[in-house]
Amino acid sequence: MTEKLFTGWQGHNLDEILLQCRELAENPDYPTVKKWREQGGKVVGAFQVYFPDELVHAAGMLPLKLRGASLPPDESDSHFGSYLCSIIKTSLELVLSNRVELDMFVTHPICDAARNLAAIWGRNYDYTCQILYLPQNPNSSASVDYLSDEYNRLRRDLEELAGVEITTEALNNSIAVYNKNRELMRRLYDIKRETPWRIGADDAYSLVAIGGMMLREEHNEFLEVVLPMIEAVEAKQEDRIRVVFEGAFCEQPPLGLIRTIGQSCYVVDDDFLIGMRYILSDVKETDDPVRELAWAYINDSSYSPVQHDLNKRKEHMLLDRFNKAKGEAVIVAAAKMCEPGLEEQVAYIQALDEASIPYFVSEFEENMTSFASLELQLETFMENILFA
Amino acid sequence: MTDSQDLLGRGNREGAQLFRDWFGELNQCADDGEGAAYVFVMGSFNEILKSFDLPVVFPEINSLQTAVRKVADGYINEAEDHGYSPDICGYVKADIAMQLRGGEHPMGTIPKPKLAVLTNACNTYLKWAEAWERLYEMPVVTIDVPGTRAQGKSSPVGSTDFENDRRYVEHQIKELITVCEKVTGKKFDIDKLREVMVHTNTVSRCWKKLLDLNASRPSVFNALTDGTVYLGVANGLRGDKRGADFFERLVEEMEYKAKNHIGTIGEETYRLAFAGVPCYPIFRRFNEMFSDWGGSFVHSTYLWFASGGSNKGYEYDLSDPIKALSEGTLLNVRDAMDSMFYNDIVLEKMCEDFHIDGIIYHPIKSCRTVSTGLADGRQAFSARNDIPSLFLESDMMDARVVSEAQMKNRADAFFEGLATRRKQQLTGA
Repeated sequence: MTEKLFTGWQGHNLDEILLQCRELAENPDYPTVKKWREQGGKVVGAFQVYFPDELVHAAGMLPLKLRGASLPPDESDSHFGSYLCSIIKTSLELVLSNRVELDMFVTHPICDAARNLAAIWGRNYDYTCQILYLPQNPNSSASVDYLSDEYNRLRRDLEELAGVEITTEALNNSIAVYNKNRELMRRLYDIKRETPWRIGADDAYSLVAIGGMMLREEHNEFLEVVLPMIEAVEAKQEDRIRVVFEGAFCEQPPLGLIRTIGQSCYVVDDDFLIGMRYILSDVKETDDPVRELAWAYINDSSYSPVQHDLNKRKEHMLLDRFNKAKGEAVIVAAAKMCEPGLEEQVAYIQALDEASIPYFVSEFEENMTSFASLELQLETFMENILFA
Repeated sequence: MTDSQDLLGRGNREGAQLFRDWFGELNQCADDGEGAAYVFVMGSFNEILKSFDLPVVFPEINSLQTAVRKVADGYINEAEDHGYSPDICGYVKADIAMQLRGGEHPMGTIPKPKLAVLTNACNTYLKWAEAWERLYEMPVVTIDVPGTRAQGKSSPVGSTDFENDRRYVEHQIKELITVCEKVTGKKFDIDKLREVMVHTNTVSRCWKKLLDLNASRPSVFNALTDGTVYLGVANGLRGDKRGADFFERLVEEMEYKAKNHIGTIGEETYRLAFAGVPCYPIFRRFNEMFSDWGGSFVHSTYLWFASGGSNKGYEYDLSDPIKALSEGTLLNVRDAMDSMFYNDIVLEKMCEDFHIDGIIYHPIKSCRTVSTGLADGRQAFSARNDIPSLFLESDMMDARVVSEAQMKNRADAFFEGLATRRKQQLTGA
């Protein structure tokens, strides 16, 4: 595979590149994935939140981050009942409507709805549809051993699908690519934290999101060109509140919503697509790279409401994120019908109250299109802080 | 032979009494200021906890009791006032409100948790336990029980994949034992564990036998109403001699009924299977929507997954109790999850073995684990089988989303369809 999946941005100025980036991130037709398939490549779709992409990458296949889409669930609605979040439906919609074609589907027991997806998908497609059992007891001293076994089980399935052996060398190469990618995304988030006026919240989001739609070495090349352009932006700092957005670990707010928020304040940190940034530092390249990936997930990872870990009480983690970002307020959001997100809101609010940190509570849906009322509420919230 | 007058209905009477006794003990425990172990139905580890003489609380059972006793709305409203969304599981909200009320429950006072043990079989368990952890700062032990990875690909006992999972479960059980020792100040006694496991073996053996007996015509117990009573005993008194004795006597009653063709309703016109969780806010009337038409619930997926997979009748090899517990837990909890996620396969087998005329799907707002895959499962089932089904959405706790009149209308139409279909079958039309 040599042909680039995302083209046409080279030689353009930053505004034009960011426009292309936003268009790609929002495009439910996944043109990069289509292009990959046209070149004969295989695609493994992994549902939110975290997935060890490196295993798929090392097998020479494209790991696709399935994060729903802003589109109506015309085909998928009849496969579900009521009281469910949108991302469950729209992720299936992507394949039922033939926008995306997969060779394998993987979900995780992140929530009661998502854990059903392997069975639902499997009833509708002949390719392997499975659950990767990421541990919910990372505090067990056996969790790294277990997760290594689980990754090796998946590795066998991937080798069978790809028709190649995933060698230690290949996996270490992939880990190196992903380490670079994580480093670049950390750099992007440094910009958000330190000079948020240089990049819009929706643009920063798009820069990350497109990484889940292409090979990461290509994403690395892209970010290596674009990040210096952002760092060179000469924009003036405005008198805006520094806000941390929490609640987008799985279903993603529509780009329009992120843009609306970004127009009212500086989003200095967030959990948008946190699965792509879940591993916090470089994964070691060793003789047992699978174990290194497992170790990193257990011991060197971020947090979300869908990973239970006694050492990472979520409200403490949020306060830590808030302090590191020098935040002034928090938007405590949850996707509609997202039980873990809604449950976590209770703990977040209590912790923020105790710490006397201003917060704004909201629910969103990936398909929402009108943001006027939210904009008004947010502006009132921000003005209350600014003029308090 | 026991006199038939004493025998018939004995299970329900004794089950209700055992329940009162159990809650009486919990009430006493709370009065004495003692804490209890909080556990869940899918993988309770009652065996370990009972070997430490820890009183066991099943919050799921406490919560459903508030709905059956028509007081759930007060609890749910209180939790919502505390910040919990209307879209969160009603069980969680009823329990949180009960905790905020100091354990006040219609069946007495529920002791506070001094330990919580849960599995990953339901993600809400995790969030629920995190809420207790914040309230009480007590130990929470999560035990990962990896389920079936893909349809038809359950790793067989003895395979490398199975052994990897089993070893992980065994390791976590040993870590649980260490926590129990700390919480109780007692040393773990493996012989005591064996004694407890003997009783679980009896309950498991009888549970399977009980379910199998309902293949009789007419069915000998109502899987929805009677079955829920038996399920409560099977969970609450798992690993307890009283539970074991109860189930041996219950099987005796049901064998008598089967032998003498004694059913649960006047005339069993239609044999029904139930998929989902019961509608506790209108528990009795929900059943009557079907029994009034001669419909009898012969089986339900609930009796499989909410028994934590005891339907398999798995019995522990007592020569190596911890290994046996890890193997049994893995097999049972995995089966419990399968009966929710792969509901089409489970129901197909059920229909074959129990001569089912129709299936009632009851997805609910409160439980996405059970409900998310029911519509798709129904489509797949219907594509392969010529058995009618009815899809009724409501809730197990929240009366605000239970539209009784609408459900009854749909149930009536369903039976009219069944009657027409049977008529056509009889006339060969």
